[in-house]
Amino acid sequence: MHYGGKIIIGIVIFVGLLLSPFVFNVGKAYKQPELKLPANEKKCVESLEFMRTKHMQLLNEWRDWALRDGKRVYVNHEGKEFEISLQNTCMKCHKSKADFCDKCHNDAGVSPYCWDCHIQPEGLK
Amino acid sequence: MKNNRRSFIKLAGLAAAGLCVAPKATLASGGGHSPVKAGPKAEHAKRWAMVIDTRKVHTEEDIKVLQHACHSVHNVPDIPTKQNIKWLWSAPYEECFPEQQNPHLDDDVKGRSYMLLCNHCENPPCVRVCPTKATFKRPDGIVVMDYHRCIGCRYCMAACPYGSRSFNFGEPRDYLDLTKLNTDFPTRMRGVVEKCNFCVERLAKGLQPACVEASDGAIVFGDLADKDSEVRKVLRENFTIRRKPTAGTEPSVYYII
Ligand code: HEC
Ligand code: HEC
Ligand code: HEC
Repeated sequence: MHYGGKIIIGIVIFVGLLLSPFVFNVGKAYKQPELKLPANEKKCVESLEFMRTKHMQLLNEWRDWALRDGKRVYVNHEGKEFEISLQNTCMKCHKSKADFCDKCHNDAGVSPYCWDCHIQPEGLK
Repeated sequence: MKNNRRSFIKLAGLAAAGLCVAPKATLASGGGHSPVKAGPKAEHAKRWAMVIDTRKVHTEEDIKVLQHACHSVHNVPDIPTKQNIKWLWSAPYEECFPEQQNPHLDDDVKGRSYMLLCNHCENPPCVRVCPTKATFKRPDGIVVMDYHRCIGCRYCMAACPYGSRSFNFGEPRDYLDLTKLNTDFPTRMRGVVEKCNFCVERLAKGLQPACVEASDGAIVFGDLADKDSEVRKVLRENFTIRRKPTAGTEPSVYYII
């Protein structure tokens, strides 16, 4: 075989690189991000399941309702009312963006651009 | 056979009719629960309008006070170049009312400064040209922007006859005092247009616009469609003009001369 050795070395390096992520993480169990939940509150705007999976849809609807339909009060499934506002509702309970939203988002590899304009509870520096 | 076909066609017809009502029926079975409404204190009107008494606010200093009230609640930066952002500003008579000029105008009227802001036109050209519908007119006449949709094309700025819109050439936060922000309201970011919103966020809570509140009665705000409203009363009793009437935009901002 022409260049047999080189080809085999190449294949070994290639397979090694391909598997390196698995090798690096072997034995490390995935750890869920530890979120800092609001101390004095028990319930979110909607159920925990709904918030965990659908908060982005909810925020998307919230901004259309508030800005385009001019309706700024949200009535949840239990009939409880909330002012529709990212800064003045969500972030009044979730007082730290870094210890809540960011923890999860960094883990999931999403970076919402909301904070280019909206002011996080920590303030701006 | 004959009977069978008849009943088949009847059934098919029924099924087709069912398809027409199905969407409504599923909506109703969802409880018909409407999750949003206006706040209990929200101000409502058919057509919001503003009347500015230029006999009372007519100096740079008067208008600075109002500008500060507006710009501080909305986190509008003060940029010391031509790229400044303005929601509320001032101009002399000839800039403000170029179509209503006489060669020998009353010294007093000519000498005043006039407060300018978005006119919230009945026929807003900015709305017509916006390719993303980021700018739109609400049913109550207020012309607002949905900043989330603005792509910064600046068609609206070209269309507006009043120069009421500003573009963020840079990050507005670089020019804001970050310790004095109104943390209840967002800032904007580089690449979007912005303008006065007649304080929709304050009206939703039953508050008057910031400039009206700061004007000590010199600016009246109310419903133009209600003939008993304060604005209509003021308009009945005083001589008023609007900016660039020939543009056909029908501004909602009136000036008592
Ligand atoms: C009244 C206070 C309150 C408000 C307002 C609020 N939250 Fe929550 N949120 C909570 C609490 C408490 C929990 C934990 C709920 C639980 O454990 O059952 C929570 C949980 C969540 C979770 C799930 C966290 C997890 O453990 O998976 C998300 C996501 C979330 N909130 C996002 C939001 C967003 C987005 C808004 C604004 C639309 C908002 N919250 C408004 C109190 C609030
Ligand atoms: C339980 C974990 C978790 C928490 C807590 C959480 N998020 Fe998320 N968020 C996610 C995930 C995962 C996505 C991505 C979903 C996807 O792409 O389908 C996401 C997406 C979003 C998006 C859409 C981003 C995009 O680019 O489409 C927004 C907006 C958002 N989150 C806002 C918030 C805010 C505000 C908070 C804090 C109040 C928050 N999230 C807290 C997990 C979380
Ligand atoms: C270009 C700047 C900008 C960006 C980026 C932005 N917003 Fe906004 N947002 C605003 C402005 C300005 C308002 C108007 C506030 C008002 O009228 O009360 C607003 C209003 C809202 C509202 C309704 C009212 C309120 O007080 O919160 C929601 C909800 C909202 N934004 C969510 C989001 C989310 C979620 C994101 C990110 C996916 C986002 N926004 C990104 C500028 C921005």
